[in-house]
Amino acid sequence: MTGWASLQRFLATDRVDAGCAETFAVLERYAERVLAGDAELRFPGVAAHLRACAVCAEDLRGLLALMRGIV
Amino acid sequence: MSTIDSADWVAELRSGAGHRDETVTRLHGLLLRAARAEARRRGPRVGIAGPELDDLAAEAASDALLAILAKLEQFRGESRFLTWAYKFVVLEVAHKTTRHAWRRSAPIWDEDEWRALPDRFGFGPSEVVERREALEELRRGVQEDLTPHQHRVFEAIVLKGVPLDVLVSELDSSRGAIYKTLFDARRKLRARLVAKGYMDDLGANGS
Repeated sequence: MTGWASLQRFLATDRVDAGCAETFAVLERYAERVLAGDAELRFPGVAAHLRACAVCAEDLRGLLALMRGIV
Repeated sequence: MSTIDSADWVAELRSGAGHRDETVTRLHGLLLRAARAEARRRGPRVGIAGPELDDLAAEAASDALLAILAKLEQFRGESRFLTWAYKFVVLEVAHKTTRHAWRRSAPIWDEDEWRALPDRFGFGPSEVVERREALEELRRGVQEDLTPHQHRVFEAIVLKGVPLDVLVSELDSSRGAIYKTLFDARRKLRARLVAKGYMDDLGANGS
């Protein structure tokens, strides 16, 4: 990806983006739906947020790792 | 693997009997194990290891336990109890490792922070020349279109690379509030570049 494409991607915003607070509020439900295979369908706003927010996306990866490992 | 189901966790943590202490101790043990696993996952990327990482994991587990006990009434059984509990562990480990790493090795910034922008987005030297006018327009947008708070957040996160959780702490704010500020700034800047013909309109969902 070029720098310009990366900048364009960063500046693009999605109107359905749920934001960090709403995403955290349902992160455990979203994670369980990831394992069930229908998370994006059930939580489109959270899915949009996770595509844009690296911090929340990393939290989801951590939670999934725990669920797959030791829960 | 816990053999207690979600309803039992909540019932035992709500009970006032001595049995509650045993349940709290058991939960703390699980949170500590989870915190250590999450800290080990994040550690290499933030350059923290060994006893330092163990200490952060222990702090994260304790703070997560406090958060869980304080928010117990908010658990509605829409997920497994431990999935809900572990998200607080993940959040605490994220906060603690990010802030700790930043305190230890925050970079020294160029006086003209704007010069960092092409590097942050991976521009090559020829691309900087090719996109010079668009980048100048973006810079004018940052100076002219953003509110002082948006400008401050954009400068910290985009130009200085301050991690979101660090900025949240510095501004005594929340992830949600900082993200929304940056979201609005991104939308304004993109609209300016679209209006000036440097970027394409994204249509219905995007802006």
